[in-house]
Amino acid sequence: MTMDTPLLFDLYRQMLLIRRFEEEAARAYAQSHAGGFLHLYIGQEAIAVGASSAMRDDDYVFQTYRDHGIALARGMAPGAAMAELFGKDTGCSRGMGGSMHFFDAEHGFYGGWGIVGGHLALAAGTAFKSRYRGDDSVTVCFFGEGATNIGGFHEAFSLAGLWKLPIVFVCENNRYAMGTPLERTSPLTDLTLKAQGYGMASDRFEGSDVSVVREHLTPALARARSGEGPTFIEIDTYRFRGHSMSDPAKYRTREELEERKKADPLAVTREQLEAGGAEVSAFDELEEAVEREIAKAVEFAGDSPPAREQIMLDTVLVKGDA
Amino acid sequence: MRIIRYREALREAMFEEMERDPDVLLMGEEVGHYQGAYKVSEGLLERFGERRVIDTPIAEAGFAGIGVGAAMVGLRPIIEFMTWNFSFVAFDQIVSNAAKIHSMSGGAIRCPIVFRGPNGSAKQVAAQHSHTVEALYTHFPGLHVLAPSTARDAKGLLKAAIRDDNPVIFLEGETLYGVKGEVPDEGVDELVPIGKGRVAREGDACTVVTWGRPYYDVMKAAEQLAADGIELEVIDPRTLRPLDEELVLKSVRKTNRCVIVHEHWPYGGPGAQLVDVIQREAFDHLDAPVLRVTGLDVPMPYASNLEDMVLPSVDRVVDAVRRVTYMGN
Amino acid sequence: MAKIIGLPKLSPTMEEGTLVRWTKQEGDAVEVDELLAEVETDKATMEFRSFDRGVLLKILIAEGESAPPDAPVAIIGEAGEDISDLLAQLASSASVSEVAPASPERQTAVALPSPEPATPASLPFAPQPTGRILASPLVRRLAREQGVELSDLRGTGPRGRIIKRDLEGYTPAVAPVISAGRLPARVERASATRRTIARRLTESTQGVPHYYLTIDIDAEPLVDARRRINAELTQQGEKVSLNDLILKACAVALRRVPEVNVSWVDGDIHLHQVVDISVAVAIPDGLVTPVVRDADKLGVLAISQQVRELAGRARDKRLSLEEMTNGTFSISNLGMFGIESFTAVINPPEGAILAVGALREEPVVKGDVLAPGKRMRMTLSCDHRVIDGALGARFCAALKRLLESPANMLI
Repeated sequence: MTMDTPLLFDLYRQMLLIRRFEEEAARAYAQSHAGGFLHLYIGQEAIAVGASSAMRDDDYVFQTYRDHGIALARGMAPGAAMAELFGKDTGCSRGMGGSMHFFDAEHGFYGGWGIVGGHLALAAGTAFKSRYRGDDSVTVCFFGEGATNIGGFHEAFSLAGLWKLPIVFVCENNRYAMGTPLERTSPLTDLTLKAQGYGMASDRFEGSDVSVVREHLTPALARARSGEGPTFIEIDTYRFRGHSMSDPAKYRTREELEERKKADPLAVTREQLEAGGAEVSAFDELEEAVEREIAKAVEFAGDSPPAREQIMLDTVLVKGDA
Repeated sequence: MRIIRYREALREAMFEEMERDPDVLLMGEEVGHYQGAYKVSEGLLERFGERRVIDTPIAEAGFAGIGVGAAMVGLRPIIEFMTWNFSFVAFDQIVSNAAKIHSMSGGAIRCPIVFRGPNGSAKQVAAQHSHTVEALYTHFPGLHVLAPSTARDAKGLLKAAIRDDNPVIFLEGETLYGVKGEVPDEGVDELVPIGKGRVAREGDACTVVTWGRPYYDVMKAAEQLAADGIELEVIDPRTLRPLDEELVLKSVRKTNRCVIVHEHWPYGGPGAQLVDVIQREAFDHLDAPVLRVTGLDVPMPYASNLEDMVLPSVDRVVDAVRRVTYMGN
Repeated sequence: MAKIIGLPKLSPTMEEGTLVRWTKQEGDAVEVDELLAEVETDKATMEFRSFDRGVLLKILIAEGESAPPDAPVAIIGEAGEDISDLLAQLASSASVSEVAPASPERQTAVALPSPEPATPASLPFAPQPTGRILASPLVRRLAREQGVELSDLRGTGPRGRIIKRDLEGYTPAVAPVISAGRLPARVERASATRRTIARRLTESTQGVPHYYLTIDIDAEPLVDARRRINAELTQQGEKVSLNDLILKACAVALRRVPEVNVSWVDGDIHLHQVVDISVAVAIPDGLVTPVVRDADKLGVLAISQQVRELAGRARDKRLSLEEMTNGTFSISNLGMFGIESFTAVINPPEGAILAVGALREEPVVKGDVLAPGKRMRMTLSCDHRVIDGALGARFCAALKRLLESPANMLI
């Protein structure tokens, strides 16, 4: 283990926060406080937290609709996130976005996108801006393996590769594009082979260990920052829940799920921390603190005023000061 | 005032805005070294360099999306579609991303971007290359849709579009590029306000609303009818969304009749929207049903004689006006 | 005069009501506020009480049937009245809504094959077999405004449609509007203010069951009080009017009998917590009612200053809508025109209005001798839906006590 213990413990805290947030999000959904589509990040926490910890504050992030984990990892307040699920005015998108469309420009988090493959070019766009302006911020764009077949993926890769844009493409390969396993959607199982066609560097690893994720992201970010161009990273992962709340996930076996759960990112890191001498009481305290934070977020969301008609009407177009 | 071509007016607008604001850039196929497929961007590469005049591969979804992403963090890209027909492969970027981001982020993120290029038919380029797209893009809240008919409006509106903080759909025309018209003298920074129409000709017999290529057919029809004592009032809305409804209504309340002339297909679109507004807001002022002269409801044929039938013409405008003014034929 | 009674909206969200039971039968006499029927709404079974007095001449909707608010459900009028016109009117409006209109003009987007046969002006006038007159919307409006009967016009448009030019060449054979002698009346378009007044007063007299209570007061103490107050105010260059004192007395009386400070709003009774008194002010093209807010908390001088200021601006038409709406009670005074007494129309949704007549100097009986006295007559109009007779009378008594011994206002 190359990471110092306080940092690792903090990454563990972030993963736990995401885990507990997602569990409460599911409860809120069941109780009809949240509606629409809800895609949980449970099982994939090490990727958001590990990648985020390797990034700088002025870097940009784009994510699919499975966006709660990275938003929280980047620093979004859990209250604002939960309030968005509740459709409240205090939500991170003022109740206009919901689960799939979190935004937090202050933390460089640019969504939260609902159309598979549609946001890859947008991410290339913020990277384009970094290069145009000559600042050295980097964009990290997450997507699932299901997106690697759609046109948006290929066109964004074409241009990012051609123009050597400062961007890291992170494919969270959780094996299932909704209900269809990778073997039935792609002739390749090593998706990083696709990077070659766009003159792009690549990397590929298993993503249940947050330290490993961080270690692999660091050189890719450095490469982008120094003008050497984009990297395509494929991370093997697994979601422990269905595609969305309405998905019973019958396309995979109980055994497969149990097998993957043995590599639960939280358990992996906790084991490392315990081996490094962390006290059980420290975990108990942490759990209590996270519990309080999440409870506060739920309470905040519940108490917040509903989304406002005026926001809806006033945000169709920017008014005035053109 | 000077007389220049519509394409030069567009070029001047881009040139002046790029001089004015270093965040403005032009991106698209053949905009740089080739000097523009229709020579609209001629000379811009020489002045502004490859950093700001950017040739792209044939990847509309890719470069439209990059434009949207760059606009979200403060740049002001002009995305040129070689023609609007090719915007369909970038449709998702325009309607799901550009048109939605401001609203979906609760107002936190803006998207100041201009998508521009020639709209509508050219000459005998057949079904896939003759789309008139305003009916599509005006459908989406979150987009401005502009369609200047004259050189002066082309320049003033493009400058306003580039400075606007919203995504703008800017519809030009291959057959309009060569049209000459007056524009203000060099050094005059004229902006045409988005959402404001123009009375192109005053009259009392019948209001005709039109834009784009058919504008010139309508003006010819107006000359022809004037010889018979029928004075048309021609309204060019210039912006199709938001529509200058008041200007149209004021005119219809004066003339008591209206013909709408556009190249887009008859089903829906700004033409039908205008009919809706007029029947709702000026019902008690109508002395005749509102008629439309539109592109025929068929994919554009290749053969020249058929294409002529499809497009609005002077004769069809005259015919419609005679019918709403009960003048017989 | 018989009239069609519409189904009342008995709950704010009612979109349809089912007539559960008629409690009156055809031929029965009906009093104002008497139960006509029971109607089941989306919320509950509600009472449908009559706003009109007369005889239930016709029931138009059977028990168990449903109808939207305002749909005709009955005709009320005088016994034996002929209602065939009303029935015909109902039948024709029903057929308009039920029968699809004659095939609408084919609207076509393109002009290729001529869709509407071009109809030169020379085409003979072809009356529609259905009897329906075709006319452009513009012509219908102009005919309405000019009082022209469409049936008198010849249409030269397609299928005989009457178009603008057909109206322009038309001079009515007989003056269509009410004539004074042989000269036709001059027709003026009413101003927006005038039309608003017309609409609101019509709504009030037709929709609000009014009744009236008149009191005659000994005005000597009031005149005396005014004289003393004004003597005190001379140095300040201020003075108050009798009307200011009456307004103050009303404000106090409304606090003492707060059940009169009420409004009927969509089936709810709104008991006002504030005393905001509207004052009717005549302006050149009508009447406005600026409001003195919290009149009960103001001294008579402050009331006087406010009334003068509001009335001044009312005449200059510089009152905001806010300043003219949401009063809780009104006062109208025609005393300065020498009107001894009159009744006023309630200003909805207020529950009552006081009509104040002129100060009369006349002999009165004091003890058992005839002496010069000062009297005033005032009539309170009440909305019977919220203010019953005894309550209105109680308010009048309180008001009279205050006016006849103004010092009581201090209590």
